[in-house]
Amino acid sequence: MKKFKYSEITSEKIYNKRRSFIRSMGYGLGTIALSSVPLINAKASNSNEPTSYKDITTYNNFYEFGTGKGDPHRRAKNFTTRPWSVKIEGEVEKSLELPIEEILAIKSEERILKLRCVEGWSMVIPWLGFSLSELLNKVEIKPSAKFVEFETVYNPEEMVGQRYPTLNWPYIEGLRIDEAMHPLTTVVTGLYGKPLPNQNGAPFRIFIPWKYGFKSAKSIVKIRLTKNMPNTAWKNASPREYGFYSNVNPEVDHPRWSQATERVIGESILAPRIKTLMFNGYGDEVAHLYSGMDLKKNY
Amino acid sequence: MKNYFKPAVFFFSLWPIYIITYQLFYNQLGPEPVDRIINHFGEWTLIFILLTLSMTPLKKITSSLEWIKFRRMLGLFAFFYASIHMLSYVGLDYRFDFEPLIDDVLKKKFIFIGFSAWLLLIPLAITSSDKMVRILKKNWKKLHRLIYLISIFGVLHFIWLSKTIFFKPLIFLIILIVLLLFRINFRKFNLS
Repeated sequence: MKKFKYSEITSEKIYNKRRSFIRSMGYGLGTIALSSVPLINAKASNSNEPTSYKDITTYNNFYEFGTGKGDPHRRAKNFTTRPWSVKIEGEVEKSLELPIEEILAIKSEERILKLRCVEGWSMVIPWLGFSLSELLNKVEIKPSAKFVEFETVYNPEEMVGQRYPTLNWPYIEGLRIDEAMHPLTTVVTGLYGKPLPNQNGAPFRIFIPWKYGFKSAKSIVKIRLTKNMPNTAWKNASPREYGFYSNVNPEVDHPRWSQATERVIGESILAPRIKTLMFNGYGDEVAHLYSGMDLKKNY
Repeated sequence: MKNYFKPAVFFFSLWPIYIITYQLFYNQLGPEPVDRIINHFGEWTLIFILLTLSMTPLKKITSSLEWIKFRRMLGLFAFFYASIHMLSYVGLDYRFDFEPLIDDVLKKKFIFIGFSAWLLLIPLAITSSDKMVRILKKNWKKLHRLIYLISIFGVLHFIWLSKTIFFKPLIFLIILIVLLLFRINFRKFNLS
């Protein structure tokens, strides 16, 4: 028996119309919150359908450009990303300074990965990139190196958010070395087949899909291999709320909000929250990194 | 002329509703519409609480009694927007799923204090009529002093939910402090 794919039965146009019909129905009900009562059991998709380019590039947490979600899109337009180079230093035999052109020349592939923000929302992003290990293998790492630290550029002239003490600038993030070498830890060079927009961390950022979004440092200028656990920006700002690991974990609540569920960006006002998955759904790939660890303590 | 003031203030007070209705119909609520609605009404609740608290200082400054006429209406709007804020959180965000909601209220201090503020607003809204003023007599004034506590709770709610030092909650805090300072009778402390 021939099986139909959903796309074969419903053309995209009708499918979209159907969605906008449901949406307009929602508007008809007006602003009254009670209108959602009959829709308690409505289901949102936990699909891997990419979020729109517009939402990915206009809804960003990038405090270097301001704390509003729309600030990075508005203020990063003229951010200088050339010339740019990245230093790999610390516990390495010989430190290395790579011009950005050399990094972008490494072969990228499309990687559709889910971003889960610690604030309780998620996106699916078709990144372009390659494994960070490819970059780290360009240097000879000393056995004493246990952690990798990432430093974002400090440029308060252009990054207006850095003029205020919202965080300790420059932004520092970090990973354990085995996490950094994991093939899913991605050097991002673009999205939707295009070069990486400034508001998304151009010219060079990393992306760790099983951790909360803030772990994925943007506009990186330094990669430092270290003996000790890096003093990462958010842990530094509030150690009770943000741990070094910050793996997506529905069972460990943030002190101020639950992490059990998330809102899918771009869904209609009537779509309910979806369940958050352990390691953001990448448990099969990464759970072994934490075997034997108490993830409630090592949040 | 003065007869038109009250209806005018009433229609201006509906501004937050006009905005959200417009954005809803023109699909401008952004990528996180539910969050947007909750935050929108939360901020407007605080604005109306501060407006309510501004009427007495304005009366003193301008030596005009006119301002007090709007105080009740502004206070009721604060309660109205607080209720929409709370209902959109309970209904739109959590779909009346009470288990995680109760968990939130008990465990998250910013939700606990916000919910407390809303509960405390209820007796004030109920006793806002002229009739209740007459029935409660002196107690009415005592009861309605709760608004000071509610306003502090409301601003704390905003500060505690922010991830780091944000401007908006700080601005609300500064305005609140100024408005509360007006209530302190400095002459009392002047011993000479």
